[in-house]
Amino acid sequence: MATEPPPPSLDELERRLKQARPEQVGAGADAADRPRAMGMAFRVSVELVSALAVGVGLGWLIDYGLGTGPWGMVVMFFFGAAAGMLNVYRVVEGLGFGRWSKGPAATKEEDRGERG
Amino acid sequence: MAEKAIDPLHQFEIVRLIPAKIGNLDVSFTNASLWMVIAIAAVTVFLIGGMRQRALVPGRWQSMAELSYEFIAGMIQDNVGSSGKKFFPFIFTLFMFILFGNMMGMVPYSFTFTSHIIVTFAMAFVVFIGVTIVGFVMHGAHFLSFFVPKGVPKIMLLLMVPIEVLSYLTRPVSLSIRLFANMMAGHTMLKVFAAFTVMLGIFGVAPLAINVALTGFEFLVAFLQAYVFTVLTCIYLNDAIHLH
Repeated sequence: MATEPPPPSLDELERRLKQARPEQVGAGADAADRPRAMGMAFRVSVELVSALAVGVGLGWLIDYGLGTGPWGMVVMFFFGAAAGMLNVYRVVEGLGFGRWSKGPAATKEEDRGERG
Repeated sequence: MAEKAIDPLHQFEIVRLIPAKIGNLDVSFTNASLWMVIAIAAVTVFLIGGMRQRALVPGRWQSMAELSYEFIAGMIQDNVGSSGKKFFPFIFTLFMFILFGNMMGMVPYSFTFTSHIIVTFAMAFVVFIGVTIVGFVMHGAHFLSFFVPKGVPKIMLLLMVPIEVLSYLTRPVSLSIRLFANMMAGHTMLKVFAAFTVMLGIFGVAPLAINVALTGFEFLVAFLQAYVFTVLTCIYLNDAIHLH
């Protein structure tokens, strides 16, 4: 027993743990985040499509009321598309993927101070 | 029989249980109304029954009721701040109603009223109108500055203000479509795979396995969509209370 090499394991174990831990945490986070990511993807697409639909619908209504040919619908289509992209940008920014945001927690803190 | 089994949209059919009419308005008591009444009754029983004991150390039922209270109270605190406290009854009611509607839709042979866009749109529209009124009451005409982004050159405002207004008008639509589409797509998918199971005979084991997984996923979606609807209501409320 005593002839066996003294426990080399602690350092070795530490090293292996350090190597293994991020992988496992990463994998766990990925599996846990998948439904949320899917929900987010769905949210973003709904945001885009509904803004477009509202724009076109409003344009049609304007045309219907004023008889301005297709122009109300054409113009409002582009406004709707722009609004949809703005909405998507806001959703994504709120998640911390925005260009100027520092992650969800940081933005929230900042907002509170600004608004409060 | 086989043709009937393959109709996955049959489950969304509205049936008049007690036909009624006021003038030209159809006010029949339908299966959707029935399940809404059941949802409200279930929420009421759940909360009142849970809090009947008022024990200092809550039992299982009471702690579930307290948990749902704290969940929504925390959500409002996080998203709106303490000035959102007075909207707690509304948001809590909204959450419990949608959650129970979604969850009871998972019971076989039940009816999912949240899978009808008119139901979700009505709720989203109430939220939209309510939030707008809150904004005008708290800030008066100053609320209109919500549509004017900061730090934008004057000439660009001609373009930006309509976009902002349109983006605001989108809210009830996206809010309602999200809930309705999730519930309807999920339930349709369950039905389609169930039909495959019947049609494939012995090989139906494969779609059956998928259906088991999908059922679990549907429970997640049922909760998640109730949560998303309420959390977005909180965010909209926050926008109206604290103008940017």
